Amino acid sequence: MTVMEQRGAYQPTPPPAWQPRTDPAPLLPDAEPYRVLGTEEADRADPELLRRLYAELVRGRRYNAQATALTKQGRLAVYPSSTGQEACEVAAALVLQEQDWLFPSYRDTLAVVARGVDPVQALTLLRGDWHTGYDPYEHRVAPLSTPLATQLPHAVGLAHAARLKGDDVVALAMVGDGGTSEGDFHEALNFAAVWRAPVVFFVQNNGFAISVPLAKQTAAPSLAHKAVGYGMPGRLVDGNDAAAVHEVLADAVRHARGGGGPTLVEAITYRVEAHTNADDATRYRGDAEVEAWKKHDPVVLLEQELTRRGLLDDDCVAAARQDAETMAADLRERMNQDPALDPMDLFAHVYAEPTPQLLEQREQLRAELAAEAGAEPEERQR
Amino acid sequence: MTTVATTPATMAQALTRALRDAMAEDPSVHVLGEDVGTLGGVFRITDGLAQEFGEDRCTDTPLAEAGILGTAVGMAMYGLRPVVEMQFDAFAYPAFEQLVSHVARMRNRTRGRMPLPLTIRVPYGGGIGGVEHHSDSSEAYYMATPGLHVVTPATVPDAYGLLRAAIASDDPVVLLEPKRLYWSKDSWDPEEPASVEPIGRAVVRRSGRSATLITYGPSVPVCLEAAEAARAEGWDLEVVDLRSLVPFDDETVCASVRRTGRAVVVHESGGFGGPGGEIAARVTERCFHHLEAPVLRVAGFDLPYPPPMLERHHLPGVDRILDAVGRLQWEAEN
Ligand SMILES: Cc1ncc(C[n+]2csc(CCOP(=O)(O)OP(=O)(O)O)c2C)c(N)n1
Repeated sequence: MTVMEQRGAYQPTPPPAWQPRTDPAPLLPDAEPYRVLGTEEADRADPELLRRLYAELVRGRRYNAQATALTKQGRLAVYPSSTGQEACEVAAALVLQEQDWLFPSYRDTLAVVARGVDPVQALTLLRGDWHTGYDPYEHRVAPLSTPLATQLPHAVGLAHAARLKGDDVVALAMVGDGGTSEGDFHEALNFAAVWRAPVVFFVQNNGFAISVPLAKQTAAPSLAHKAVGYGMPGRLVDGNDAAAVHEVLADAVRHARGGGGPTLVEAITYRVEAHTNADDATRYRGDAEVEAWKKHDPVVLLEQELTRRGLLDDDCVAAARQDAETMAADLRERMNQDPALDPMDLFAHVYAEPTPQLLEQREQLRAELAAEAGAEPEERQR
Repeated sequence: MTTVATTPATMAQALTRALRDAMAEDPSVHVLGEDVGTLGGVFRITDGLAQEFGEDRCTDTPLAEAGILGTAVGMAMYGLRPVVEMQFDAFAYPAFEQLVSHVARMRNRTRGRMPLPLTIRVPYGGGIGGVEHHSDSSEAYYMATPGLHVVTPATVPDAYGLLRAAIASDDPVVLLEPKRLYWSKDSWDPEEPASVEPIGRAVVRRSGRSATLITYGPSVPVCLEAAEAARAEGWDLEVVDLRSLVPFDDETVCASVRRTGRAVVVHESGGFGGPGGEIAARVTERCFHHLEAPVLRVAGFDLPYPPPMLERHHLPGVDRILDAVGRLQWEAEN
């Protein structure tokens, strides 16, 4: 008996009638990025939330400055700053509930920290002592992903699995404008939409992928428009408007949590610093553009709003700055200590059970280290 | 004849000049990749090409490696000679389906009717303190894919010669560029005509009589250093720089091993399933009666590439090579 016979004849079931969306209009993003600060909407924004966002923005700005300073002192191998993009970073972390997951890209250290990860551990990858410094399960933050867009299908899979188990979990996955060109971006969006997975895709469109401007990345009217073809809503938001980013992401998270499926959110923002401290941004953009964006600064925008509504006085500003200074001082101090490194750790986490080959190699290194430690100075020169 | 002192040039400059010369000579040569235009590439290898030849000849693509290589396949089908840049070793992986399923076998599946003359430049290897995904040695994957040529320079003139040869080749060539040698200098005059050697020839970088170090790319300078250090211990080591992993120059390698009777293969990538196994097997098959000790391998450990602060323990250095050389003697005496 063949396997097919055992299983009984194949009975094709007629496919359910295909129902195209009759009206894709609700999926289409607005023509203009959604704004709250400086508009009538602002009066409705919750004062507590605005204050919280403000404190986090100030901290985030300080964190970026401190991390960049650490690269200059050789304490950090490299740092991709998110200065100018803090509103996106902070909002991404704050819209999630405890059981939710964040899938950051390599630039999203601030979001990782705002989610509760220890600031030093969040920098491990960039300092170079290990690839991921934190336990992803502790705060439900996936490792910072360096290959672009590859974390997006992970987010879809995790959210899908959680839903299969009946758990209330939303995954928020972050990606840059450049990353939206990768095949993984397409596949992740498609899977998420077909499975109605509780995922929010959050694109920080900061204008450049290293040196390549958005116009060379896509011919679409906006990146948010890409959502429509997959059958999910696309939302466009001013990425420097912390209140607006928070509101749009919170809507998307709520939609996902309620079983509505994924949303693609595009935040229009700007990378004020170079790609990393190692990049020379003058090769591909002019100062005028950067200066114009600096006038649309996320911290200043929120500060103005809070002041207008009488929610911020000098004391509040001073308190936020003081808090940021404390964080920076702590970061500086702990980053100025050499990380405790054990070369034998190289072999500790390759497999659950090391292979015999690795055990051999481990002994080889152990002998080398012992020789190095015990070597006579003259012998060591070799 | 007087020797004219020439300006030292870097490997990066030699690669740039190879691209520029090839583009100037042949309008069908096109460069494409991430950041290769305005920025000149993250390693500046394509510096100035977009200005000189226009953005149609040196193109900033969308950020999509499968797309870059896939479109290059179509361009090559239509008679162009694309040279693609993969930004870093580990970012070439999204393009592997194109590489394995199409690039490597297009000639074969069309019975020779559709050759693909394209060059894939991949900065590879460690030693530059890069964060995760910036230091992989992926040569074994490329070597295991029939239909590709795989070459890797260790010197400034070879960087020029091999890139020119790759572009001139009617088959796809993966040019692995040892990124930690990009800034190594040599007295190579970028204005003088330079030689282009056919792909597939190894070269003896240092002659010696007691054992052969077989190596390539980033490990060549390390082996030369080891050979110098070994003199103190009475070893006279020969260093063979393979330059080309596919095709493999059995002739040069075996001639050397037959002379010395002992061999160590040295490379950065992991040893298990790595290039050294293939090389050791070939040498054993061809030189068995000349060998006075088993062919040994000195390789990186079999780990995902470690974080930069630990990479020095992973990379094969002079000491590890000398230890292996010492074991050759032990083998010989017992
Ligand atoms: C698959 C892959 N290809 C190439 C790179 C190299 N790379 C690192 S960052 C970057 C640009 C990313 O731009 P974008 O997605 O817009 O994010 P941003 O840097 O602006 O935050 C590139 C090309 C990479 N990390 N991964």
